[in-house]
Amino acid sequence: MAKSALLKSSIGKKYWMALTGLFLCLFLVGHLAGNLQLIFGTDLQFNQYAYFMTSNPAVKILSYVTYFSILFHAVDGIMLTIQNKKARPIGYVKNNAASNSTWQSRNMAVLGTLLLVFIATHMVNFWAKMHFSHMPLQQQEVNFQPMPGMDLKAQGINTTTGGMVYKIDQEGKEIYFDKVEGELDVRNNKEFYTKGTDIKFAEGYKDLYKITIEFFKDPTYGLVFTIFYVFSMVVLAFHLMHGFASAFQSLGANNPKYNGLINGLGKFFAIVVPLLFAIIPIYIHFIK
Amino acid sequence: MNLTLKIWRQKNAKDKGQMVDYKIGGIEPDMSFLEMLDVLNNELVEKGDDPVAFDHDCREGICGMCSLFINGEAHGPDRGITTCQLHMRKFKDGDTIYIEPFRAKAFPVIKDLVVDRGSFDRIQHAGGFVSVNTSGNTQDANALPIRKDNADKAFDAATCIGCGACVATCKNSSAMLFVSAKVSQFALLPQGRVEATERVLNMVEAMDNEGFGNCTNTGACEVECPKGISLENIARMNREYFAASVK
Repeated sequence: MAKSALLKSSIGKKYWMALTGLFLCLFLVGHLAGNLQLIFGTDLQFNQYAYFMTSNPAVKILSYVTYFSILFHAVDGIMLTIQNKKARPIGYVKNNAASNSTWQSRNMAVLGTLLLVFIATHMVNFWAKMHFSHMPLQQQEVNFQPMPGMDLKAQGINTTTGGMVYKIDQEGKEIYFDKVEGELDVRNNKEFYTKGTDIKFAEGYKDLYKITIEFFKDPTYGLVFTIFYVFSMVVLAFHLMHGFASAFQSLGANNPKYNGLINGLGKFFAIVVPLLFAIIPIYIHFIK
Repeated sequence: MNLTLKIWRQKNAKDKGQMVDYKIGGIEPDMSFLEMLDVLNNELVEKGDDPVAFDHDCREGICGMCSLFINGEAHGPDRGITTCQLHMRKFKDGDTIYIEPFRAKAFPVIKDLVVDRGSFDRIQHAGGFVSVNTSGNTQDANALPIRKDNADKAFDAATCIGCGACVATCKNSSAMLFVSAKVSQFALLPQGRVEATERVLNMVEAMDNEGFGNCTNTGACEVECPKGISLENIARMNREYFAASVK
């Protein structure tokens, strides 16, 4: 009896493409919900969300599953494409493929490669900055610790406006108090310390909001970045247009009773999700 | 009708092969495509040339012998037919028609338009049968109740004639539609369930070993299949394979 080959066989590879692909669809929904805060939320909300996404242990596990899915989906896809090319060493002189299949279904590898390029640039532009660089912090008033010579209950810091210490009055208004530039340490990406001491006087959030807005509003490259982003979302739309429903077929979910629903949902997902993603940089570049 | 034919000519399996142009006249719209090739071959023989080799047998769409990739489509531009059922009325006077063999690593060209589809036979040998001893006391057919819809679906799958159009048309040269039809035909019937686990594992292994590509669900096979074998069968095979794998 033949051994099953859930990793190596042609059908096994389909399962993995489908499972990782569907997981990445779920990831897209979560990512989109977060991104929409750039339009509908405040800068603080967005930065708090970004901090949560990089610090929460459960989210961390999910993010590792996401990295794995992207890599596996890409590697498996490349292996499949190589095998499939080998399966027809001599091609047709004339092939009227448009008469029996959709353009996107025949070009998933090309679309996928473009998406991989987009993901790489996207991660360099935002993910790597969030994880590894020292970006400006946006302050949130928490955990005030004693600091010599100041009114302890009423101080704040807002590095986004130039490293000033503010006094907050009874109504929550900011009153200029003192300069702290060069006087503070930022540790663990969110804690403010008095320079050279262990006195923590505030916590803040990495200002990913500012990075994002400045990225798409960049006077020289902002328009190019926006166009590249929107183009990538069009690529994503075509990739999903075939991929979403295809994943169900690969997993064996093909029943005439539900096929209409799956195909309809696939097309809806393929249009709505990339469209909402694409609106955000357009909004930032042209309106904000 | 006057036509220009661009036909793949290849002396033998080792020859490199090339497209050769032929002019042909006096073709009636009611001729079948293979009859048109017969006319061409008569002319070639009269001129002392080597006739174009192509596969054919029953010429009524049930044997699965005829193949041909005509104007970029397996079995030509019409739907739900084999090449022998394609008629010249589907073409116009003055048309140029490309005629190529089914292309796949697993379907090597033997000569001209004839390909070796022995890989399908080997997949069948791996499990496309039911090991029932039919000598002696054959059971009464009605003694074994089978759901009507299952019986219909099994019959639909069994109409596959193994022509290889699915492989020829698939951009990946995948044999999934063929194999899934053979798997489904038995998976839906109680007689086939007995060996279902071994069947799907062995047939998929044989398919992979023959060098067919992987399915990417373009659905081209279903469109070009002369017997209308449904993609549902591929999904069923995927389910069967998973169930067999975790057993």
